Amino acid sequence: MTPLLELRGLGKRFGGIDAVRDVSLSVAPGEVVGLIGPNGAGKTTLVNLITGVHRASRGAVIFDGQDVTRQWPHQAARRGLARTFQVVQPFPRMTALENVTAGALFAGAAGSVAAARRQAGALLDRVGLGEEAHKPAAILTLPSRKRLELAKSLAMKPRLLLLDEVNAGLNSSEIDDAVALIRSIAAEGVTLILIEHLMKVVLSLATRIVVLHQGALIADGTPAEVTADPRVVEAYLGAKFAQRQAKALVGVERA
Amino acid sequence: MSPSNATALLVWILALAATPLLGDNYVVKIATFVAFYAALALSWNFIGGMAGYPSFATAAFVGLGSYAGALVQNAGAPLAVGWLAGALASGLAAVALGAVVLRLRGHYFAIGSIALVEVLSLTASWWSGLTGGGEGLNVAFLPGGPDTIARVFLYVMLAIAILALGTTVVVMRGRLGFALRCISQNEDAAEMVGIPTTRCKIIAFVLSAIPCGAAGAAYASWVAYIAPADAFSILLTVKVPVMVMLGGAGTLIGPVLGATALVLLEETVWARFLDLHQAILGGVIVALIFFLPGGLVGLARRGRST
Repeated sequence: MTPLLELRGLGKRFGGIDAVRDVSLSVAPGEVVGLIGPNGAGKTTLVNLITGVHRASRGAVIFDGQDVTRQWPHQAARRGLARTFQVVQPFPRMTALENVTAGALFAGAAGSVAAARRQAGALLDRVGLGEEAHKPAAILTLPSRKRLELAKSLAMKPRLLLLDEVNAGLNSSEIDDAVALIRSIAAEGVTLILIEHLMKVVLSLATRIVVLHQGALIADGTPAEVTADPRVVEAYLGAKFAQRQAKALVGVERA
Repeated sequence: MSPSNATALLVWILALAATPLLGDNYVVKIATFVAFYAALALSWNFIGGMAGYPSFATAAFVGLGSYAGALVQNAGAPLAVGWLAGALASGLAAVALGAVVLRLRGHYFAIGSIALVEVLSLTASWWSGLTGGGEGLNVAFLPGGPDTIARVFLYVMLAIAILALGTTVVVMRGRLGFALRCISQNEDAAEMVGIPTTRCKIIAFVLSAIPCGAAGAAYASWVAYIAPADAFSILLTVKVPVMVMLGGAGTLIGPVLGATALVLLEETVWARFLDLHQAILGGVIVALIFFLPGGLVGLARRGRST
């Protein structure tokens, strides 16, 4: 099957720092890929390269067979490449409904403002923000703003959705809700790349995990392979996690 | 457009249109200025109010339009062709200059846009072979008596204001208006939801230039003489944004309300304090920033909601 997204030797240099170096990666349609790595590993920079926010210094981004390395962010959005931001980016003085309408209208190819508003209303209900549709985005709580961000990117009818730490700052019941929501998005056939620090979340959603360390890809495989990889343990997960994980796997085998 | 807005605007248009029947040429002149400034305020609203880009380029487009109109008219073209030429010249200039200055944001854009006024003003001064330089340019007088002339320019300015008003209604209802509101609140997020921000900003800048060009050209034929310092007036470039903020930026009725209020204030109050004219304008700006952030329209809304 032709990959939906292909990165070929992608690199980005800021001054003297290689934020991303020689990353090659291929994502098939329908995959849920967890992208993990320590702070400063270049995860968000990689998302920025894929969505046209930064221009790659080297290499290429191929989306659905088309070279999109030099695209603008709005072109990425219209192609079906949506992303959420680690730091949420609402239109503060617009209502939640208008925020989502913007996504449906400009990237989701809704025929009219009225049609876009209808789609937005349905999406707000889906993410559990139906009650807050007419509040300005600025007064929503952080968990609500995270959901708003998700609804906005869903309104864009994405084929590939990059979720940049949608769970950061949420409590554990909110995380459970978010995980269920993400699972339902994946079930619709949207390809997902999850940037996530919470291994519990990554392991419960991702079918594949890639690890970025100092801008380079150091591992790529199934969750079991990656969590057992000594380089990943050393760079990111830590020895304690590896021990717990090993016990858990043994437990699974015994049962 | 709400019914109350529509009624208010209709009354405004009819009142201005009826001034030749109700008053002398002085009243008609004031009405003409109201329409002139309303057209400029409505056009500033596209870039400054809707897109949130604080432009000080109004005088650049008014001045360019007045010179383009005057030159075309002096070359023997009919009046209306001269006014269209003014609109066209300013619109084209906005495409070219917008592509450059709209890369700047916030304060930098404000300074860049004010530089456009200065650069065009200096060009008009230096290029004396074409523009007459600092001595200015005479424009052929309109045939007819003072009454006829007063009426012609009232209706021309009013027509330009009505066109700007119509464009505002269309833009606010459609995708462009939505896109501009998104840009004004978070430009990066706007780009991310699929809005071609650069193109939208340039369109808004062009919309903000075309009525200025037409109004500038009409003004040139009205006063029959233009010079760089008048055509590219820094005072004008500050006054127009103040009018919009006084009325309510980003709204339909705000620019009309603000322009009308400020022109009438100028004629009734400031005219008695000639020496303090600009000091009073400064006072209005300070009062606006501190007490009326949403303008008169915002004040009315607040009054209704409490």
